[in-house]
Amino acid sequence: MAPNPERLLRANPRRQLKERLVKALVAAAALLSVLISIAIVASLVVRALQFVTGLMAPTADTMDEATGPVSLWNLVADQWAPRFFEFGIGTLIVGSLLVTVIAMALATPIGLGAAIYLSEYADARVRRIVKPILEVLAGIPSVVLGFFALRWISPNLVQVIFPSAGGQNLLAAGLGVGLLTIPLIASISEDAMASVPDALRQASAGLGARKRRTTLSVVLPAAVSGLVAALIVAVSRAIGETMVVFLAAGASGNSAQFTANPLDRGSTMTAAMASQASGTDGTISELGFNSLFFVGFVLFVITLLLNLLADRFVRRVRQSY
Amino acid sequence: MAVTSPLLDKKTADRVRAELETGGKDRGELIFKTMIGATLAFALLVLGILLFDVITGSWPVFSERFGSFVSRGTRTSAEETGIFQGLRGTFWIGVFVVVVTFPIGIAAAVYLEEYAADNWLTRVISINIRNLAGVPSVVYGILGFTVFVGLLKGIYGDVAFSQGNTIMAGGLTLAVLALPVVVITSSEAIRAVPSTLREAAYGVGATKSEVIRSHVIPYAAPGILTGTLLSLARALGEAAPLILVGAVQGKLGPKSGFFELGQLGEKFTAMPIVITHFASQPGDDWQPVASAAIVVLLLVVLSFNAVAVLLRNRFEAKRER
Repeated sequence: MAPNPERLLRANPRRQLKERLVKALVAAAALLSVLISIAIVASLVVRALQFVTGLMAPTADTMDEATGPVSLWNLVADQWAPRFFEFGIGTLIVGSLLVTVIAMALATPIGLGAAIYLSEYADARVRRIVKPILEVLAGIPSVVLGFFALRWISPNLVQVIFPSAGGQNLLAAGLGVGLLTIPLIASISEDAMASVPDALRQASAGLGARKRRTTLSVVLPAAVSGLVAALIVAVSRAIGETMVVFLAAGASGNSAQFTANPLDRGSTMTAAMASQASGTDGTISELGFNSLFFVGFVLFVITLLLNLLADRFVRRVRQSY
Repeated sequence: MAVTSPLLDKKTADRVRAELETGGKDRGELIFKTMIGATLAFALLVLGILLFDVITGSWPVFSERFGSFVSRGTRTSAEETGIFQGLRGTFWIGVFVVVVTFPIGIAAAVYLEEYAADNWLTRVISINIRNLAGVPSVVYGILGFTVFVGLLKGIYGDVAFSQGNTIMAGGLTLAVLALPVVVITSSEAIRAVPSTLREAAYGVGATKSEVIRSHVIPYAAPGILTGTLLSLARALGEAAPLILVGAVQGKLGPKSGFFELGQLGEKFTAMPIVITHFASQPGDDWQPVASAAIVVLLLVVLSFNAVAVLLRNRFEAKRER
């Protein structure tokens, strides 16, 4: 029979007190994380709600000279310019989508390819050298990739291929974000492929399949949940990425025109938040300032849903093997 | 010897023979392997270009005025500006992460792995922590602005040259941002501790907290250290939350010494913010200083990353033996 620590401790009140104290302390630390989540949601929701009610109940301060008092219709304006009460959030959502699509178009083949190579083809020596290098790439701060996108990718790639593009454009930003998500996709998908039992590979080889056939028809389908999770996590990361877009897409000046052309300057939800917060414009209205929290709330909900979805896929991998 | 069989016509037989005689090297296989090898090479190439670009770009600054570059504050001219305040801010942010995040994160992991019963509360906490890890960093900036800047504004008022946007607010914000990763990686490290180790300690009469302190934590220490170092590196490279908290881009007022505690209540900046500022200046004369600041930040961040990866690889190799 297992000893009952509680009963043993009863003989020694000081030890017992210490045990309870330790347990209470570590439990408090764990509960703090829930508190943080509540604080995040609260700090977003309060001012986001103020923003919406502010739109519904215009005051003398929120009067637009051109279009009259503000209303919910300002949310579908054709630009994002909080200073002028133009809150066309579609501008930012389309910007985020464009950047994400470009980023995934770059990162999906590269990340998956690198993962396949490392998991199925590379020998131990190559893996030992290359994996840490990929981890270096993962460790590069996003502001550095933002600089790289603005000062190298844009002039040396985007503007060479598309001479009409300006120095700052959504395409360069998207490519920069893509570079950021490559190591993420590579490492999660490699984990997923590594967890496919070797017996499956051996069975496939036993039937006469070569490595390519085994990889494409056996390993990848078996690891598909993990691969999907990797892509969802990468999408979530791309939507939430701020600094690359802030620097390379030209969100400065606190406003963005609606565009669906990746060669134009543009903004995303994240970059709009950062540029508004860093704006030297001290005269921004309360309503304009609160719009930052509204955008933050929309962003938070989107990434939360993506993360929950990815989590389900990851757990499916764990259950199957 | 020719392959002859009534079941195979001549064409098929020739193909089979050709396949057998190539010694397992058919063209499709080779193309596939080359393609996925190329994706990996692409990732490494990009990293190489990035490092080459910033290092050569930074050379004029480092060769001509390394001393003044690291010892001066931010100035309005690219030839005279420096990164002293950025380094100072990044140092103090690191202090906050180490002092606040590490103990709380490890404690939360101990609770989840050693104490928590398998009930709804535990599940809520662990799902919550995984989701926190996926919250975009800019949203943590909103939390920092609302909670920490708001709180510190109450404490310091508008004196001490700030409106609550102090290094304390920035440090606490990034400490919260780093927390979920510390909890997750520490949990994994603790989960990997063999239960026989715990049972041996219980067997000689140790209480739960004694088992954790004397056996579980020491055994899990390398894994915990790896995770904490990676999260520290990530926190030091973050710019977006600091922008929201109100880190100063551009010229910064009075210059306190590197280790002066009084500056905790003053306005601040940090390396990623300094880089953002340099990189977003128009004109080419800011490029060398931006590159130089990036090299300094990369040295800090990547050396933490490298230590973490080396540590992990060493202990993994040891444990496998």
